[in-house]
Amino acid sequence: MSTTTTTVTEQQPARRLEKGYIGQSIPRREDKRLVQGLGTFFDDVRRHGMGYVHFVRSPYAHAKIISIDVSKALELDGVYGTITGDEVAIHTDPFFEMSVEPGGNIKDYALAVGRVRHSGEPVAAVCAATRELARDAADLVEVEYDPLPVLVDAAESLKDETILHDDAGSNTVWSGVFDWGDVDSALAEADHVVKIERLHFHRFSSTPLECAGALVEYDKGTAEWTLHCNHQMPGVGAIWMAPALRTGIDKLRFVTQDIGGGFGNKICLHPQYVVLCLMARKLGRPVQWTEWRTDQHTANAHGNERTFMDIEVGVMADGTMTGFRVRALDDCGAFPRYEPLGCIIWAQVTPGLYGWRNIRVDFTQVCTNKSPVSPNRGYSRMQHLWLTERIIDIVATELDLDPVEIRKKNYVKTEQMPYETPNGCFYDSGDYAAALDIALELIDHGSIEERRKEAASRGKLLGFGIGSTLDSGTNNFGQSTLLNPDLQFSGNNEAASVKLDIFGEVVVTLGTVPQGQGHETTSSQVVADILGCSPEQVNVRRGHDTWFNSHAGFSGTYASQFAFTGLGAVKGAAELLRGEMVQLAAAVLQAPEEAIELADGFARIKDGPEEAALPFMALGAIVNANNAFLPPDFNPTLNHRYVCRPYFGMVDTEKKTGQLTLTYATQIHAAVVEIDPDTGVVDVVDYAAVDDCGIRINPQIVEGQVHGATAHALGAALSEEFVYDEEGTLLTSNFYDYHVPHALDMPPLKTGSMESPSPVAPLGAKGMGEGGGGGIHCVCSAIQDALASAGKAIVYTSCNPPHRVWSMLQDPEATRANVSVESR
Amino acid sequence: MSSRTISLEVNGEAIEYDVPARRLLVHFIRDDLGLTGTHVGCDTGNCGACTVHLDGTAVKSCMLLAVQADGSRIATVEGLAGEGELTALQRAFNEHHALQCGYCTPGMLMSATALLEQNPHPSEDEVRVALQGNICRCTGYVNIVEAVVAVGEDTA
Repeated sequence: MSTTTTTVTEQQPARRLEKGYIGQSIPRREDKRLVQGLGTFFDDVRRHGMGYVHFVRSPYAHAKIISIDVSKALELDGVYGTITGDEVAIHTDPFFEMSVEPGGNIKDYALAVGRVRHSGEPVAAVCAATRELARDAADLVEVEYDPLPVLVDAAESLKDETILHDDAGSNTVWSGVFDWGDVDSALAEADHVVKIERLHFHRFSSTPLECAGALVEYDKGTAEWTLHCNHQMPGVGAIWMAPALRTGIDKLRFVTQDIGGGFGNKICLHPQYVVLCLMARKLGRPVQWTEWRTDQHTANAHGNERTFMDIEVGVMADGTMTGFRVRALDDCGAFPRYEPLGCIIWAQVTPGLYGWRNIRVDFTQVCTNKSPVSPNRGYSRMQHLWLTERIIDIVATELDLDPVEIRKKNYVKTEQMPYETPNGCFYDSGDYAAALDIALELIDHGSIEERRKEAASRGKLLGFGIGSTLDSGTNNFGQSTLLNPDLQFSGNNEAASVKLDIFGEVVVTLGTVPQGQGHETTSSQVVADILGCSPEQVNVRRGHDTWFNSHAGFSGTYASQFAFTGLGAVKGAAELLRGEMVQLAAAVLQAPEEAIELADGFARIKDGPEEAALPFMALGAIVNANNAFLPPDFNPTLNHRYVCRPYFGMVDTEKKTGQLTLTYATQIHAAVVEIDPDTGVVDVVDYAAVDDCGIRINPQIVEGQVHGATAHALGAALSEEFVYDEEGTLLTSNFYDYHVPHALDMPPLKTGSMESPSPVAPLGAKGMGEGGGGGIHCVCSAIQDALASAGKAIVYTSCNPPHRVWSMLQDPEATRANVSVESR
Repeated sequence: MSSRTISLEVNGEAIEYDVPARRLLVHFIRDDLGLTGTHVGCDTGNCGACTVHLDGTAVKSCMLLAVQADGSRIATVEGLAGEGELTALQRAFNEHHALQCGYCTPGMLMSATALLEQNPHPSEDEVRVALQGNICRCTGYVNIVEAVVAVGEDTA
């Protein structure tokens, strides 16, 4: 009988496979079903007798709940049942909080209990026979509210004049000081100190086209729930859900198939999923919920909003920057959920791409009456990288330095790799200056001044800007202990299994949860190279299923880590299988193992006679169906599970240092914009994105990720913003008001690439895909450059739609008052 | 809830169905007919994931009631190619990596197919105009536009 073996090893030294399918842009395996409309997304799953769930949501941003009356809803024919916050408080426990006090005392339930804290917060759920009926019935639920003062500004929140969470007693979730090097001396010794009072990184999200949802079934006999869903990080989702539901983690089976985009926004779905679990158990029927677009915008997952204050940067006469200090105020919305991890994740890229050795960040996170945040593509690092790029350009503007030269002077040099940052992270490889040169060539940097004149002749302001970013991949979850030393998280892991089935099928299951990243394709490339077959012979099962038994505690697709941990697990399992296939073939062919090669779908004797070759089918059949002749002490399983567990070492909670992440892909973006001074409209007229993620398993897929990350960044830089009014109502709650780039909005993109193999990753491939928001940084940079001849405004916010640019043109001094230089 | 019986042709098959008067065409296609290739991405007619052909014209099926399709001819992504076959556009989407998560893809294919029927050799700008009602959050449209233009060039 075949069994599954599990092997866990620490990371192997990097080894590049012989030239094979790795590195080829083979067309994606996933596409055939998707272009025929035959993909299976969660909303496509049907069950007999299923009910549809609709959430009753708060119209108030902050209010006490006086009463909830569901009786009229229950009277409607076809309504199966309801759940309110009172029931949730009885049947579940609050979700686990990661913060120390005061944030750690917050009680976050699956539905509002006693009070609502953001508009759109679910207060009750209704289940009915059809989608339409559920919505009608939800309208009949009567909720009486008593409005409370609303906090939509993090700085106001910090005053604690109104408290959102009485259990915490403060709106502060987490605060702490990160102090590396000696910033006071660095500033005292600097020739210039550039001071910036305030910069603001705005609130937006990647808004995946498929909204959140799930179909949940409950098996009363086994007390198990099955969630057909689009959660992108089920390992951690289960860690939240199971204790809240007072059950074991094995009672929650997560099944994903195709997922319509995630970008981090599908990590914090546990509140809604817990309601579905309760509803399925209460009603004894499968229940389904599909989030509405408006609900996604108002109440699911926004990116972190962050204000940077009192920035001081030390600059030497030759343009060398020695250090900076800043106060950062992060707004996580009504509940921390995945937070306060954002209070440390930025530290993976503490100095950005630069050689700053002295940095102090005084970081505070507060709650406000806005949608909770969730990791969003570039999570927390993007905000910080934007700060570093803003600093560079503001220093360049104020000290009249060339933005290209100041970058090259201060970039970490390729000969310094691996480079230890002031807080103990290691930049593994890269050549930032060389990548910048490629970007400059792509946009023909030498012609900028000529183009500026030509644009001016048409009445347009032309500007050029650079965005330098790092995409840090493969998290060390131990960094959470820098926020809360009591947390029992460290390291990382991902699992995969590879088996050879009875007819010679190579079957791969992944713990990862792809949402469009092409894991089926890239996994098949890696396995094909290791086993000596074609990718078509490798069947990578779609999606994630807890019952695959190929998942680990941190399973999921997030934080740019598939190329390391996901493919590392695939590689490890395939190599174990390969070893057994060689052993088996050697036994059958009566040859030494060294003489066996796997190639073209055969195990054969190298340079041996033609008949000395076993097709994979023969190997599969021998072990699975025809094994009586195998010696008793030889028990191959041809079925291997491997856990890729990267090695980090422990973090230092006193000094707040450690290896927070393992790989650093580089992105250098460059943009040329034209601004219409009459309207403030910004037109991106030339754009280049250079990416270096080490060895590219499938260059076409890598380039696709670069395109997508760029589009997200351009949308964020120019239009996408979650805007609240003073009552806490979201003004951009759908795709009318929240404008994402359409085909006509996108400039022509030029892409370039480099390959600086990672010395630490199993395949030399770095995680990539999130990008670091390069488009936001370079567009801000280019707008500031364009405004230089029209009053020299300072770009102080990450989102610059026409009205904001127009204001900067009208009153540049208002932004310049934000900046001063002290020269010695 | 009042209902109406509607008769229509869907992907070449004649269908008669008793449908609630308020039901959106997209929900009729997905939930009643089980043609789940047509997707829902927004509440407001902005995203185009639900694009189908109604009497040969690309329409957003979330902006119509099912009863409005009475007597018409509907084509969905499932009907683009014969069983087991792919159209040149579907193949081009694969070759040019014009999809990632694949959620917007059916709508993109329906809009682009309608364009190619009207204009077999569109320029890049013409493709962008034709696809402006379809949102993709993964690709930045680069490879989608490239794929559609390539099909036009191949048939030139």
